[in-house]
Amino acid sequence: MKVLVAVKRVVDYNVKVRVKADNSGVDLANVKMSMNPFCEIAVEEAVRLKEKGVATEIVVVTIGPSTAQEQLRTALALGADRAILVEAADELNSLAVAKLLKAVVDKEQPQLVILGKQAIDSDNNQTGQMLAALTGFGQGTFASKVDVAGDKVSVTREIDGGLQTVSLNLPAIVTTDLRLNEPRYASLPNIMKAKKKPLETVTPDALGVSVASTNKTVKVEAPAARSAGIKVKSVAELVEKLKNEAKVI
Amino acid sequence: MTILVIAEHEKGAVAPATLNTVAAAAKIGGDVHVLVAGQGVGAVAEAAAKIAGVAKVLVADNAAYAHFLPENVAPLVVELASAYSHVLAPATSNGKNVLPRVAAQLDVDQISEIISVESADTFKRPIYAGNAIATVQSSAAIKVITVRATGFDAVAAEGGSAAIEAVGAAHDAGKSSFVGEELAKSDRPELTAAKIVVSGGRGMQNGDNFKHLYALADKLGAAVGASRAAVDAGFVPNDMQVGQTGKIVAPQLYIAVGISGAIQHLAGMKDSKVIVAINKDEEAPIFQVADYGLVADLFEAVPELEKLV
Repeated sequence: MKVLVAVKRVVDYNVKVRVKADNSGVDLANVKMSMNPFCEIAVEEAVRLKEKGVATEIVVVTIGPSTAQEQLRTALALGADRAILVEAADELNSLAVAKLLKAVVDKEQPQLVILGKQAIDSDNNQTGQMLAALTGFGQGTFASKVDVAGDKVSVTREIDGGLQTVSLNLPAIVTTDLRLNEPRYASLPNIMKAKKKPLETVTPDALGVSVASTNKTVKVEAPAARSAGIKVKSVAELVEKLKNEAKVI
Repeated sequence: MTILVIAEHEKGAVAPATLNTVAAAAKIGGDVHVLVAGQGVGAVAEAAAKIAGVAKVLVADNAAYAHFLPENVAPLVVELASAYSHVLAPATSNGKNVLPRVAAQLDVDQISEIISVESADTFKRPIYAGNAIATVQSSAAIKVITVRATGFDAVAAEGGSAAIEAVGAAHDAGKSSFVGEELAKSDRPELTAAKIVVSGGRGMQNGDNFKHLYALADKLGAAVGASRAAVDAGFVPNDMQVGQTGKIVAPQLYIAVGISGAIQHLAGMKDSKVIVAINKDEEAPIFQVADYGLVADLFEAVPELEKLV
């Protein structure tokens, strides 16, 4: 079975981002970029499915600037077979991304599409569900366990009160939660080999997809800063402050 | 303008996050209708009709909607949505699962996890793990929005008298089925709704040591949370995780014990009214957001704190 994995290039999760002075967005100039952590888990899961003999081919796709090729090469080094870059200049909203991915799904006809549950930049948590809606596939979001058996996939999902298991007909969409697996590191020989793997570039126009959006970001601000606190010397002083100063207990 | 709020419910009762979502709807203005979808949800619908400010309750009671499978619930919401200017759901795991599917079917962008309403079409939401706040304007004919419960004060659960109307439509896409559920058992308050939260991190060293936090929490009537480090180390189940990838809480008092304060964790709790940090490392980043910090060994400080409160 063919597995399609969507990955996103985002600011590295260790970077403390700064809002631009003109409030137009966050400053991403000269900031370290990486593959979104949830996407790494998605790639890892696909590679494990291939190692188990369930998946036969892994296609990795990203939508973004030409520099996003780095993240595709990373995925190829981790075990993906080939890559597709849908080159888009601007930061697209989730629905536009889902529409572009739908076009790729139509072309590639994968049995399983794996995405991260959310990207750590926009924090939207939408694309996988939207892709499921557009393709009409079932969705297993926030997955902590994935089992493919025959023409169905069983997905254990992290929900508010614990875990829920659902069974989906294939083809299906799965979005990964943190506990699904621990992603591996790419080895140097695999990084070298990944440079020779095929990487195809297409444009949204070639896929026949309009990337117009109904959302517009008007302003981006820094969150209100918390005023500096104090250090107390003892537990007794802490309890006294909580009772009499903060009045919260 | 009429707003549809999708109710979150569990064990035959309206979940608290629904009340915060109705509060957000009230801020947008206009009539507020609540959709209760599920199986055997008559009592939930009656409770929803009593929520202050709700004009009408729609009930879709059908086996297809049990367990809130998005393949079945989304078409129901899409069918109803044409009569509404806004469709809101709490940003719970159900809301996050279903609503983007609705938005895509309506061909509109969704706005996720709003924390304030600026006007009927403009909302604020955190991005980059809460390190920036974006103001987003929607030109969609039907605005599809999830609401971060801690951003809005809950409306009263009693005082309303809305009409209840049954919705006949049953959608069973036949693409998915519910297999089973494994819920963590807890007698303590629900994490996202608790007034006080006591959380432990890697500094707890093992799961057994969380008993110190449970003892303190029971004395305070608090919920117990954890950092991702504590969850990943297997100390506690992951539904206790507070953070960007876990639950977002904003209690009156948040006590962080043995938690260093990584960005990921701060995103889940930095809107708490008062933050207390107990950590033996005085350089820990958690002290930069704590109102009261105590540099001490938690195994001495927590039992002492339990005695004194």
